[in-house]
Amino acid sequence: MKASNSLWRERLAAQMPPQLAREIDVFESELTLRKQGKIDEKVFAETRLRRGCYGQRYDNGQRHDGIAARTLRYPSGELIKGPNTLWDAPGMQRIKVPFGGLNARQLEVLAELAEEYADGIAHVTTRQDFQLHFVHIEDTPSIMRRLAAVGITTREACGNSVRNVTGCPLAGVCRDEVFDVTPYAKACAYFLLGHPDCQDFGRKFKISFSGCRDKPCALARIHDIGLIAATRMEDGRLRRGFEVYVGGGLGPVPYQAKLFTEFLPAEELLPTAQAIARIFARLGEKKNRNRARLKFLVEKLGIDEFRRLVAEERAALPHDPAWTSYLPEAERFEETPSRPPSQLVPLESSNGGGFARWMATNVYRQRQPGYVTVTVRLPLGDITAHQLRKLADAARRYTPEAVRTTVEQNIVLRWVSEADLPALYEELKQAKLAAPGAGTIADITACPGTDTCKLGISASRGLARELERRFQHEGDALDGAARSLRIKISGCFNSCGQHHVADLGFYGVSRNKYNYTVPHFQVVLGGQWSENGGAYGLAVAAVPSKRIPEAVDRITKKFLAERIEGETFQQYVKRTGKAALKQALEDLTEVPPHEVDASYYTDWGDAREFTTEDIGIGECAGEVVSSADFQLAASEREVFEAQLLLDRGEVQAAAKLALEAMLHGARALLNLPQNAAVEDQVVVDEFRRQFYDTQLFFDPFVGGTFANHFFRAWESRHEPPTSDGVRRLVSEAQLFIDACHSCRGRLAAGSAKR
Amino acid sequence: MPNSAALEPIQHINVKLFALPAAPEGVLDAAIPVFHRWIQNSACPELLIDVADYRHVPDGPGVILIGHEANYSLDCEGGRLGLLYNRKTRSEGSFEQRLRLSYQRALQAAQLLEREPEFAGVLKFDPACLEVVVNDRLLAPNTEQTWRLLKPHVQSVFREMLGERALALDWISSDPRERFRVRVDASGPSSESETAA
Repeated sequence: MKASNSLWRERLAAQMPPQLAREIDVFESELTLRKQGKIDEKVFAETRLRRGCYGQRYDNGQRHDGIAARTLRYPSGELIKGPNTLWDAPGMQRIKVPFGGLNARQLEVLAELAEEYADGIAHVTTRQDFQLHFVHIEDTPSIMRRLAAVGITTREACGNSVRNVTGCPLAGVCRDEVFDVTPYAKACAYFLLGHPDCQDFGRKFKISFSGCRDKPCALARIHDIGLIAATRMEDGRLRRGFEVYVGGGLGPVPYQAKLFTEFLPAEELLPTAQAIARIFARLGEKKNRNRARLKFLVEKLGIDEFRRLVAEERAALPHDPAWTSYLPEAERFEETPSRPPSQLVPLESSNGGGFARWMATNVYRQRQPGYVTVTVRLPLGDITAHQLRKLADAARRYTPEAVRTTVEQNIVLRWVSEADLPALYEELKQAKLAAPGAGTIADITACPGTDTCKLGISASRGLARELERRFQHEGDALDGAARSLRIKISGCFNSCGQHHVADLGFYGVSRNKYNYTVPHFQVVLGGQWSENGGAYGLAVAAVPSKRIPEAVDRITKKFLAERIEGETFQQYVKRTGKAALKQALEDLTEVPPHEVDASYYTDWGDAREFTTEDIGIGECAGEVVSSADFQLAASEREVFEAQLLLDRGEVQAAAKLALEAMLHGARALLNLPQNAAVEDQVVVDEFRRQFYDTQLFFDPFVGGTFANHFFRAWESRHEPPTSDGVRRLVSEAQLFIDACHSCRGRLAAGSAKR
Repeated sequence: MPNSAALEPIQHINVKLFALPAAPEGVLDAAIPVFHRWIQNSACPELLIDVADYRHVPDGPGVILIGHEANYSLDCEGGRLGLLYNRKTRSEGSFEQRLRLSYQRALQAAQLLEREPEFAGVLKFDPACLEVVVNDRLLAPNTEQTWRLLKPHVQSVFREMLGERALALDWISSDPRERFRVRVDASGPSSESETAA
């Protein structure tokens, strides 16, 4: 698309690492061949994904504009870049940034790319990547070359591969860390990048490094491999190593990682990661994408058997010098500050309250005396090209170009000499980058949601924007206990916004009301952000999108009014009980009819009506809806009660009720009267026949996954329940019921059309 | 005379028409339903795809109507509100024809926006106060050479488009990392000038 695309290859030839340059040439050739129809679309789709070129919403060429679904007629017509993905449709380019580490020149190049190929914004993700949106596929080789010239690759940023290796942004300067994990994260990222043993996965694979056990900076426990720095005295020598967790993950049903070993010596890090990758490639699920993550394999095998298999695999691996060649340098690794240490001179009055507020939330005192790390808070992870250049200037002026992105979608500047803080603050303020409130309730994490993601159900960014706007005015008035709460929002059940580990988490769902589809968010309370994402919250109630700000307000006020001195939000949620919290939100779940208040039927930041079709009300449909409503309400109640039973440790009863909730959801779709004497087995069989075999129940993106949750729950109903298993069952029941609502919406829309 | 062969490859010419001062607060909020309506009505010659909302980014791209050939946005970059036409695909003709096209599309969109009920009487653009940006650093780096190459053509196009008013052209040269950018102002009483800022 860009007129200069053909020129960058030659221009940057001397600046790109040869291997990277060659890979990009190959990708460009594949792109040309796909355009000529000489490469299969599925093969090309995986090829481009492995280079970080991802699809975006409406890339199938269909978009509902608020009146009707319209076809987007692109110049390239029916040419596709993957199944059901039009060539000309804008896409997303993900850019891998191992452990979030960047220098000033890299920031400048990101700025150039955002301006020239995207919409002027570079977006920091919850896994420390950058993303550019609304990118044309034919521009991607130029983007890759310009990145390669400054040492950045997009390779394996998406697709079934080892994704960006994340790391604590405070590594090396943290007051609590065991040691600096930076060189180990870097070695791991580049060792596994393009490694032959990592090319045959059924799904993606995520690795994270944390310097300590208690803080959340790298969220080690929600990863396929989570590594936490540890040391051990052996033969009078302090040895570095890692406490290793495996099989964690969020997604629709979150899994807590299992402890693989309490201490893995550093020299065993890379071979063990390689052995795990080989086991995952060999034994992991390949056909059913929805069961293909490592967490399912660990669960299926059991941690002991998984551990045994990895040990066996490790023992059989031929030696690779790369496993240990980096270690001497890693032990010596230390960033050198560019400015001498200093103390902050007491503030002049001219700095005003703004500086003090910013200092209180955005400045972290490093373990090295005289230095601080400054958090640049980015609204929804977005930064403009101009701001990136200003940040590059600041990084050069005040730091050894020590910049890192964070999993909370911010950027930190490390090694700032304390006395430089007022000047740095002024520079950031000029660039509109000095917003206070980092790490507070106002610093909200959100995935792209319906803004650009194909899977989004509700407008996670729209909601985050609205909440941030309110907190901008009200945040300071909040008591400290509420100010430090974390809000995280996902546009759907896939959890890219990491809602499971938030104090107040939200994920997008839809509900049918008065024959309209209404955007909602499930409220998930009590997740644990600390201890590397130590515990997951559970869904309390589905609240209309437009009432979520009220829900946040009510929950925070209730917390402040009722908390016992020193009590955390997790402790408060546990003590209060979800029933009371649900009750507090009960009236907010009401949706007025469309003719009374149409605003409920649009989402935040989107003027279009939320429905995908104009739904008429036929008598027949009306009857079906009425019956389904009743049954679905019962299923919602039951799954909630199952959660309560689980919290009380009544595992067996919780499992029974979760299954009953699913059966009620199925009955609702089958339009069976509430007390109809129909055997449960018949319900399951009929559901399978009418909704699964016909694919009527299939979600557009995860297919029959939610129905399979139901079938699995039914088939395993006589097995002895475990606490972990039932926790998942309850989550799966909630997802199944959400899917029943969606299916019912699709059916209603279908009958209206007919 | 500038080399016309050097001009030939220069594409992706953006034009931002500045809003007159005192645009009311909430103007970006109102742009969202307007741009969605433009998609429904196919209000612009380009294929219109979606609306991107960056109201939360200070001095950012504001609200963008994403298109295939071009984006239109109510843009706040530099702290100054304006209607930005961002040309993404190649356009036909000479450099001057391409610049003229970008200016005309920006002007048409600005006038359309002014007539929208949400903005009637409250949002006004100055067709004689604008910025031209070449959105391709390789073909048009922010250098003296580019300025010398493009200046007469920019001048020629805006003399033609804006009539006999005094025309001031300022090349914004302060940061070589920025894209090539020229401010065009024929709105004031000042005498004709050409400067490098």
